[in-house]
Amino acid sequence: MSTISVEEQEKQYRVIGKTPLRHDGTDKVTGRAQYGADIRLPGMLYGVVLRSPHAHARILFIDTSKAEAYPGVRAVVTANDMPDVESKIAEIGEGSINLRHQSNNVLAKDKVLYFGHAVAAVAAVNIHVAEEAAALIEVKYELLPPVLDVRMAMKDDSAILLNDLRTDELGKKGDRPSNIAGHYQIQVGDIEKGFQAASVIVEREFFTSMVHQGYIEPQNATAQHNPDGQITIWCSTQGSFGVREQTAEILEIPISKIRVIPMEIGGGFGGKVGVYLEPVAVLLSRKSGNRPVKITMSRSDVLAATGPTSGSYLKVKMGASSDGKITAVQALLAYEAGAFPGSPVGGGMGVMFAPYNIENALVDGYDVLVNKPRTAAYRAPGGSNAAFACETLIDELCQKLEMDPIAFRLLNGVKEGDRRVDGPVYQRIGFLETLEAAQNSPHYQEPLKGPNRGRGVASGFWYNYGGKSSASASVNSDGSVSLSTGSVDIGGTRTSIAMQLAEGLGIPAESIRPMVADTDAVGYTEGTYGSRTTFATGWAAYEVSKLLKATLLERAALIWETASDQIRYEDGVFACGDKQMTFAELARRLDETGGPVVASAAVRPEQSGPAFATHIVDVEVDPETGKVQILRYTAVQDAGKAIYPNYVESQMQGGVAQGVGWALNEEYLYDDQGRLVNASWLDYRMPVTLDLPMIDSIIVEVPNPGHPYGVRGVGEVPIVPPPAAVANAIYHAIGVRMNILPMTPARIVAELQQQKG
Amino acid sequence: MPVVGIPSLLRDFTNGQRSVSVEGATVRQVIENLEKLYPGIQERLCDGDRLRPSIAVIVDGNTSTLKLRHPVEESSEVHFVISISGGTLELLRKA
Repeated sequence: MSTISVEEQEKQYRVIGKTPLRHDGTDKVTGRAQYGADIRLPGMLYGVVLRSPHAHARILFIDTSKAEAYPGVRAVVTANDMPDVESKIAEIGEGSINLRHQSNNVLAKDKVLYFGHAVAAVAAVNIHVAEEAAALIEVKYELLPPVLDVRMAMKDDSAILLNDLRTDELGKKGDRPSNIAGHYQIQVGDIEKGFQAASVIVEREFFTSMVHQGYIEPQNATAQHNPDGQITIWCSTQGSFGVREQTAEILEIPISKIRVIPMEIGGGFGGKVGVYLEPVAVLLSRKSGNRPVKITMSRSDVLAATGPTSGSYLKVKMGASSDGKITAVQALLAYEAGAFPGSPVGGGMGVMFAPYNIENALVDGYDVLVNKPRTAAYRAPGGSNAAFACETLIDELCQKLEMDPIAFRLLNGVKEGDRRVDGPVYQRIGFLETLEAAQNSPHYQEPLKGPNRGRGVASGFWYNYGGKSSASASVNSDGSVSLSTGSVDIGGTRTSIAMQLAEGLGIPAESIRPMVADTDAVGYTEGTYGSRTTFATGWAAYEVSKLLKATLLERAALIWETASDQIRYEDGVFACGDKQMTFAELARRLDETGGPVVASAAVRPEQSGPAFATHIVDVEVDPETGKVQILRYTAVQDAGKAIYPNYVESQMQGGVAQGVGWALNEEYLYDDQGRLVNASWLDYRMPVTLDLPMIDSIIVEVPNPGHPYGVRGVGEVPIVPPPAAVANAIYHAIGVRMNILPMTPARIVAELQQQKG
Repeated sequence: MPVVGIPSLLRDFTNGQRSVSVEGATVRQVIENLEKLYPGIQERLCDGDRLRPSIAVIVDGNTSTLKLRHPVEESSEVHFVISISGGTLELLRKA
């Protein structure tokens, strides 16, 4: 790992930029950290969800009588136990939600829309009894034709998933049922003129498969419904407040009745934002006579029924002048939403050309329903698909123009003051700096030698997000500070937030005791997503530090019988004339100066600071088998100010690892009836350590002017470039342009054979 | 006057104009004044008393969290862009 700072006058920090021991490290490495599946409560029942074996079918009836009569069963629920919520958009704290769609995804009402769609659930005295009883539930289906291909789904004669769905075009509704939930468009300049001005034009179709976030820990939820109507939920989630709101809306329960306790989380990557089990566990608990009910998904359930990200079809055309300037772009993106509207096609449309100055563009996006699981967010949602297409074509332009791929990007890349294709003007960004760092890297400077070896380059963009965060802290008499936030800690954010509080207070990070609090114990905080937690919750902690400091200055003033503005505070030491007192010394004297010192702050920052990345990868392709071996990988990224550089590096490496899996191996495989046939880790091939080399990371620090410490989100953009970078490397190794993800050995061999004729 | 970027799907209202200058001290007022110039456009941008969930408003380069209530300066640029959704919740900029 190396770090390149691009600050004109670098600030000196005490804590930020260092690598203190993570506060939760001991619990994690000793196995003492408590995850959702670890919950055991007196009288607890175990829940099992019955899932649809069909991709598309009408539910004619559900007979639960045999299951209810089965010894040991305490409750059985179906969609009939849920409120019949209307199809309306509800504004909840985190965004908007179509209540009927969300409810019908939790438990299917009239139709099942994908293999694995939840139909009913059982709570029993143990998991075996629950499984046996679930098998006794009789569901009669009327089978309907499955719609599995995004382009087929868009045709007029396709079977329709939701009969009340009409295509929305910015508020203009279509006049007949359609699987196209939405059509979006970005248009600037005049693409006809732009393409006429081009010396080189490239155009290709691209296809990407549905892939899963692949978190280690399956979804789980335990609910305790009390006789007084109060509900407690323990679960694995990226956002406890979101679980509270979604559960409240779906079950029509006031949020004040629900307390959500987020357990430690074994990965989420966007897939643990929406609820699946929580409302079901609440219903089962209530129906079983207020017994606590725990439901834990199997790996197969996770793959079949929780949000993957969209497969997609893209058709992209790009033109460039003889001197390498992009003159025009045109793109069509059709993203699989799964069973309900909400694919990340908007994200893909924005990401696709965001790194470049483009005067003439037309981008059309379609959000399309297919009989596959409802898609959920996955790390830079929609971005990797889009960059795969755009960055592959850029490599092709470079090849035709005989230009270096980094030089081409430097020529066309955006900087402060340039305008994004969809309109807004960039503030301070660091894309060009990532390109320069990549160009100067040891990796790029060293030529790649050997047969069937190639080097690929690709870049990527992600918006990043601010959102709402709260933090509360209290000063302890031993000089430590207890910090509560509502941000679930996925990537070490306890420590990265604590460090910002520590920096503000001038004390060591080890003096902060951070904890992740439940929904009744801390102010509203959005989930850990959007690369927002270190940025926004860190900012809340910074605000808390200012409040604590102001109060402590008053306390010191009381002790020294002077005015607080006569006191200096620096590096954890209060000073007035020749008198000095450390933070810890003052903390011991709080009782004599008015008692506890506490502070809370809430923020909702808007200048989240976009992130850019440039990746370089070397591969070797075996032309006999089609196997791609990653030889070397370097990821360069603008992190703003890296609070905890090792965590930033981990995010970069993690994004690369997932992106390489997406590029080479991972895909949902369905049979012609829409049954998922690879719902296990054995068959859904994620990369393992043997598939990846050490991933070098270069952190470029272009501080975000919209954050007190210059932070930008870092978690998402590293997954954007890898599929394109690997595809470009494969081309330079064996001369084949791959346009399908994943680029499996079989597909590579097939392309090679086609090339040979 | 603030300059408002018109989404391409709504440019039928503005005879193809990609941006227009309209008065307004908040996004809401800007939209109300757009409606006076181009009747029908407000309904396409708003669902009742709020922006449509599929639309995000960017004021001077930043995605607004105040949306219709966001203050707008004389020199401001206002853009209505596609909200970045991603599955269960149609969220801005999430993952």
